[in-house]
Amino acid sequence: MADTNAYESTAPDHGFEAGFGDYVALLKPRVMSLVVFTAFVGLWIAPVAMNPFVAFCCVLFIALGGGASGALNMWYDADIDAVMKRTANRPVPAGRVPATEALGVGLALSGLSVMMLGLAANWFAAGFLAFTIFFYAVVYTVWLKRSTPQNIVIGGAAGAFPPMIGWACATGGISLESLLMFALIFFWTPPHFWALALFMKDDYSKAGVPMLTVTHGRKVARRHIFAYTLVLAPFAIWLGFTSVGGPLYLAVSVVLNALFIAGGWRILNRSEDAAQADGYKVEKRYFRLSLYYTFLHFLALLVQHWMGGW
Amino acid sequence: MQQVEHELHQRRRSRNLGLLAVLLAFVALVFGLSVVKITQGDMMEGYDHRPRASVLPQDPNAPARDAAPVAAPGTPGALVDGTVTAPAAATAEGAAVEGGQ
Repeated sequence: MADTNAYESTAPDHGFEAGFGDYVALLKPRVMSLVVFTAFVGLWIAPVAMNPFVAFCCVLFIALGGGASGALNMWYDADIDAVMKRTANRPVPAGRVPATEALGVGLALSGLSVMMLGLAANWFAAGFLAFTIFFYAVVYTVWLKRSTPQNIVIGGAAGAFPPMIGWACATGGISLESLLMFALIFFWTPPHFWALALFMKDDYSKAGVPMLTVTHGRKVARRHIFAYTLVLAPFAIWLGFTSVGGPLYLAVSVVLNALFIAGGWRILNRSEDAAQADGYKVEKRYFRLSLYYTFLHFLALLVQHWMGGW
Repeated sequence: MQQVEHELHQRRRSRNLGLLAVLLAFVALVFGLSVVKITQGDMMEGYDHRPRASVLPQDPNAPARDAAPVAAPGTPGALVDGTVTAPAAATAEGAAVEGGQ
């Protein structure tokens, strides 16, 4: 809070009035796309059928909740966002939207999304969404992000909840399948972000965010990336043996995990000099692969559901 | 200076129009949800999703709501050879008619 106030006092005041797009940008639309997709898959492959319009509303409200937590994150992190090249042009650090307005938008959308999800689906799913917003905005952003190098490991849970919420919208509860979908994103998040941190090193150092690459060194980060890749694979493949899996999902999962482990192995065995020499080519390729990894796993679940037992 | 004013108004208009679109979409969404919830015929209370007793199908074997108390053997109103003495019979018939509705 003190950080945010300090930021506000230095924010440019040139009578700028935010456009509608600036408020949309507060909701982090790119992050929201992952939330929308995974929540939709969780909801659609659940064993209880939902009316398509109600399902659409549920996904929309989950996305809105994700956007609300993004706005709260931008409000609190305005000071460090201003320092990092990757985030400096966000509406709050760029001075297009006052930090207090970001807070207002975040709180209002949080309440609205939770209430509407409760009315559209059930109150278990709504409570789950409220917990997810709290987890991202308070546990990750306020408590963990600036205090521990394990920030993205624990905070990654917030990004892993949407498919569980989608599943809860349809079934009203939790099951092995939804827990495994959670595990798939939860264990994927650390290698994904640490690979990013390897080639965006100056950003996190300048902002004073204790990323593993900064606090424990890059060699340790490379070891962690490989270790998490190994932990992730069994959970991803296990999902293939549950009621939502099948041969197609299994085939996709085995190939993707083999590629992911091979990528992690290459990162592990690279020296920092070699990485700098080729502009972090391997790390960037691994990061791109990690984006496809989650998308293709969830796409495979969706296609598998349509194909039935095949 | 004039140009700055102009841009400011443009931004304000974009924001207002955007907000209008969002509000209209929200109204449409709530209306659509209401229509779906009502027409799909769920026996639900709107606010707590609990079955509403008044719209549950009637159970033909359920006891009548205001059934007459069964009289103890040997007391007035008790069954004697399959027939009921006059005062209690009137009550039981009334209850049967009401229960059958």
